[in-house]
Amino acid sequence: MPIDKLLFYLDFPFVRYAIIVGVLVSLCSSLLGVTLVLKRYSYIGDGLSHVAFGALAIAAVLKVTNNMLIILPVTVAVAILLLCTGKNARIKGDAAIAMVSVGALALGYLLMNLFSTSANISGDVCTTLFGSTSILTLKAGEVYLCVVLSVVVLAIFVLFYHKIFAITFDENFAQATGVNTAFFNLLIAVVVAVIIVLAMNLVGALLVSALVVFPALSAMRVFKSFFAVTVAAAIISVVCSLVGILVAILAGTPVGSTIVAADIVAFGSFYLMSLIQSRES
Amino acid sequence: MVNAQTLIKCRQLTLGYGSKDLVRDLDYDINEGDYLCIVGHNGSGKTTFLKGIAGLLSPKSGSIELCGGLNRNQIGYLPQMTVVQKDFPASVEEIVLSAFQGKHRLLPFYKSAHRERAMECMALTRTESLRKSCFRELSGGQKQRVLLARALCAAERLLLLDEPVTGLDPESTGTMYRVIEDLHQKGMTVVMVTHDVDTALDDATRVMDFNKISTKER
Repeated sequence: MPIDKLLFYLDFPFVRYAIIVGVLVSLCSSLLGVTLVLKRYSYIGDGLSHVAFGALAIAAVLKVTNNMLIILPVTVAVAILLLCTGKNARIKGDAAIAMVSVGALALGYLLMNLFSTSANISGDVCTTLFGSTSILTLKAGEVYLCVVLSVVVLAIFVLFYHKIFAITFDENFAQATGVNTAFFNLLIAVVVAVIIVLAMNLVGALLVSALVVFPALSAMRVFKSFFAVTVAAAIISVVCSLVGILVAILAGTPVGSTIVAADIVAFGSFYLMSLIQSRES
Repeated sequence: MVNAQTLIKCRQLTLGYGSKDLVRDLDYDINEGDYLCIVGHNGSGKTTFLKGIAGLLSPKSGSIELCGGLNRNQIGYLPQMTVVQKDFPASVEEIVLSAFQGKHRLLPFYKSAHRERAMECMALTRTESLRKSCFRELSGGQKQRVLLARALCAAERLLLLDEPVTGLDPESTGTMYRVIEDLHQKGMTVVMVTHDVDTALDDATRVMDFNKISTKER
């Protein structure tokens, strides 16, 4: 029976860790995802996760035991660079993201190849890129870090939800009427970077974008207010991640790609719903 | 107007993008109670000047000063619509209420006073029946009126309008001008960029012609 098998697996702490981290990360990423998609920064997740991958390689070469100490600051710095230079940058949004993204990926792989002491480099790289097992190998300390960071992200989002809406809908109006847009753009950039680094554990560097983009796009098909879209994206994302993790455990499939597959199915259903909706009206 | 308080003071103002200057060495004051219309050809720098006043574009040289105790969060602004907004999933009410975000550092919840003011502004622009509608499903003219309602919510002393009647039918255009003129009568200072020279001249107390400014420079 699948239920028995599931209960059997739930006895293991690493499975419980995976579910806790999975739910929190997908919740945070979907909330910010709505803003990023609407601000036309859908690909930022991809870019930043590749930067995080590059930083990971540097951490491995320097033999830093807690690699978060390098990954987090580097990713945050690049996020600020990409999101806050904005309109006046010499190299515009999408081009800058593409450049940073592939650049970091290539240099990261190069560094790993040149300096790695591991016997199975391509295996290591594959794990970081596709997160094939990493969520099932989390230690208690990493889970606590993830919980604390997620709570901070959620608190920021709830507290500044209306400000984030105002800036997303019309940054010029917000700035002209006295909102400190520079500060909030900085805040959003930092939060996005933190979420991406957390999400890498879940689905790996290559698939992070899916967590950011899919729930938001699914919710936007059907719902008509920003609040409804935000709440729906959060629910869709959490449900898809839960389903993905459970199916992955039961069927022995890779966790990251199974979660993304669940997100794709959800997007498909919401797209169909929107077609039915528009036919009725 | 006698002894009118100056709200915006421009001195030796140069504005532009890259190497192109659209406004050069401009000295200009906007006073409390003015209804200023800015007219001129496309590309003559009208919108750029308005963006300068709105604080969206820093002067290349010279200065734009807010005077007479005018604070940025007492300004209402109606910008031209952006591509992002055209398919944005948000209700009309959410958009109009977002006008209050500049007035408080932290505003996680709207109070009933905010909601009442938002309703008043929606009534003025005849958008109250659209309150729960989705912005992306409205017609161009309806969208424009919603953005005007938001600008009215934010405006306490100064209202900046960038081509407010673009995409409106004649009836809505008439209503729009009546609403603006009413506000002006009640003491609001209005700065409007427009192509509609005839109507502008009817209501406006001052006109700024960017064609003449640029020809004067040459």
